[in-house]
Amino acid sequence: MRDKLLFVLGAAAMVLLARNILVIAGFPNEANQGAIFKIIFFHVPVAMAAMGCAAAALVGSVMFLLTRNFKYDALAVSVTEVGLAFLAANLVTGSIWGRVIWGIWWTWDARLTSALVCWLLYAGYLMLRHAIEEPTQRATFAAVFSIFAFIDVPIVIFSIKWWRTQHPQPVFWGGGSIPGDWYLAAVLNLLAMVLLGIVLTVARLRQEEAQREIDSLRRTAHAF
Amino acid sequence: MIAFFRQVLVVTVKDLRAELRTKEAVNASLAFALVILLMFSFAFDPLEETTREISGGLLWIVFAFAGTLVLNRSFAREQPNDCLDALIAAPISGAALFLGKALANYVLVLAVELVALPVFGIFYGVHWTAQFPQLMLVLLLGAWALTVVGTIFSALTVNIRLREVMLPMLTYPILVPALMGAMQLTAGLVNGKPISGDTVSWLKMLIGFDVIFTAVSLVLVETVLVG
Amino acid sequence: MSAVAVDGVWKFYGDYPALRDVRLSAEPGCCLALIGRNGAGKTTLLRIIAGFSRPGRGHVRIFGQEPRETSTRARMGFIGHGISVYDELSALENLILFGKLYSLPDPRRSAMEWLERTGLERVRNGLVREFSRGMRQRLAVARAFLHDPGVLLLDEPFTALDDRAIAVLQRLLREALAARKTIVMSTHQLREALELASHVALLTRGQVSFHGPATPEMVADPGYVYARYGEAG
Repeated sequence: MRDKLLFVLGAAAMVLLARNILVIAGFPNEANQGAIFKIIFFHVPVAMAAMGCAAAALVGSVMFLLTRNFKYDALAVSVTEVGLAFLAANLVTGSIWGRVIWGIWWTWDARLTSALVCWLLYAGYLMLRHAIEEPTQRATFAAVFSIFAFIDVPIVIFSIKWWRTQHPQPVFWGGGSIPGDWYLAAVLNLLAMVLLGIVLTVARLRQEEAQREIDSLRRTAHAF
Repeated sequence: MIAFFRQVLVVTVKDLRAELRTKEAVNASLAFALVILLMFSFAFDPLEETTREISGGLLWIVFAFAGTLVLNRSFAREQPNDCLDALIAAPISGAALFLGKALANYVLVLAVELVALPVFGIFYGVHWTAQFPQLMLVLLLGAWALTVVGTIFSALTVNIRLREVMLPMLTYPILVPALMGAMQLTAGLVNGKPISGDTVSWLKMLIGFDVIFTAVSLVLVETVLVG
Repeated sequence: MSAVAVDGVWKFYGDYPALRDVRLSAEPGCCLALIGRNGAGKTTLLRIIAGFSRPGRGHVRIFGQEPRETSTRARMGFIGHGISVYDELSALENLILFGKLYSLPDPRRSAMEWLERTGLERVRNGLVREFSRGMRQRLAVARAFLHDPGVLLLDEPFTALDDRAIAVLQRLLREALAARKTIVMSTHQLREALELASHVALLTRGQVSFHGPATPEMVADPGYVYARYGEAG
């Protein structure tokens, strides 16, 4: 039952994503930036999905510390990994856009920099997990770190914004109103990303739980 | 309350005394700071005007690198004879233990910074005395940010693989806002510009960072120590 | 009220239960010897009783209180695998440090008293780093007894000790029992332990497979408990 539901959700996410790509490809090019502007339809939804993942990771971590139930630890690690993938997608799409519009792959723009710092923060979370053998200690320490990381995110974003406003800032796309169907495409793409994120998280979560079971069976087998 | 601070002080004095007997961490940290200052002189022309503009940044990179060596030793010092067990068993709160160790680290990190600062001033032709009181304020606030985050993460990483690498890997990204603030403020101050108008917000951010992370560490330290 | 009461304690490493529904108690004046093979969970259990880690389920009570309560911690003494004293400090400094952490009225006097009782008063100002193994162990014993704990938790206390330290420790433990203190010790050295133990608990794969008073058969044949209540092989 749970398997089927997961497959259905996954298929729905893929279909929706395919539909969105077709629709977005059919849009006319944006006046100033041309075709590359369309990358924004993916760039922004993955960023939002990544933020959602960070929030879910915080919930998982806090709940683990409160209940000591390993399900929450599995949730925290799964959702962090998926979030890192989304954030990586965000960084890569941003970088491609920057290459076309600014002519450079990377610039120390406020958003890019904060995204990179956040990515490093949560990569640190995974590294910390890898370095700890004992499951209870791993879950506890990782949860503590995840809380620190989450608290740091807004401070990072604000401080980098301040930092950048003191420097000449590359011009972002000029204002102007967004057509209704573009807005809808962006929202639908966000939905696709959220669905994808849920499917990936659940799949990873089950793998994590299976891994924990295997580890404990192994311990039992080797106990004597 | 008085009992709490007395316990904090007992832990601080213990750590400082143990460190000063061997001077392991402080010596390593100081030597490291000098080496980095030397290396930077190859990367940037030390007496160039543009270097002076970024000197605040250089200085804090030196402090962050050198400080990590001190912080790495903080809980590692408890390792060899399982001393941490005895501290956890003693009837003092995790918060007192954490603050005690953090204060000892703070003294050591500040000592390294205060030695490195004039050396930096001489090597890079920087007039660090121009805004001395304000520079000290930034130094105190920045060093506390480094210390408080480093101390709690030192407890997290003490008995894991690759401890020496893990601590900076975890600490620096978290410290980005604090280090950035300290760099911005220091760069202005060593160029003779006092903290004013636009830079006050950095000072506020630094204070906020210190307060928030001290509070969170105090709340979570018991979980880190006992699980 | 029991000095030490372990009630339905489980400890998990991930999903693996290292301790399963452990129930034990020790009354004042009792010495409980925890025996069992390596990996049976003796150290894990002692660390939970000492409050160094939390049980996954169940609870521990020391004189009816949580082990992590400050007042409870002041009543417990622990000797683990390490000596838990600082190499860079002198013997006296170490004991004064712990005396202060335990808020003793006169840390220095207590420290001197215990240095004398463990035969270390002559080297009190020497750094622990320079001590011989036996001296370090005696200092570890002094550290654990310093605050006159009502409950002593000892993890393999005789394993690493030299003869003199064993003699010192056994004398102190006897005095402690005479003063109605409670001792819980994990041990491999059944012979040494049974000279003191009034009760025995056998841990098998994280479960208590025997818990009861020490009998003459056990003292006569240390293998008896294992053969009768443990697993074959």
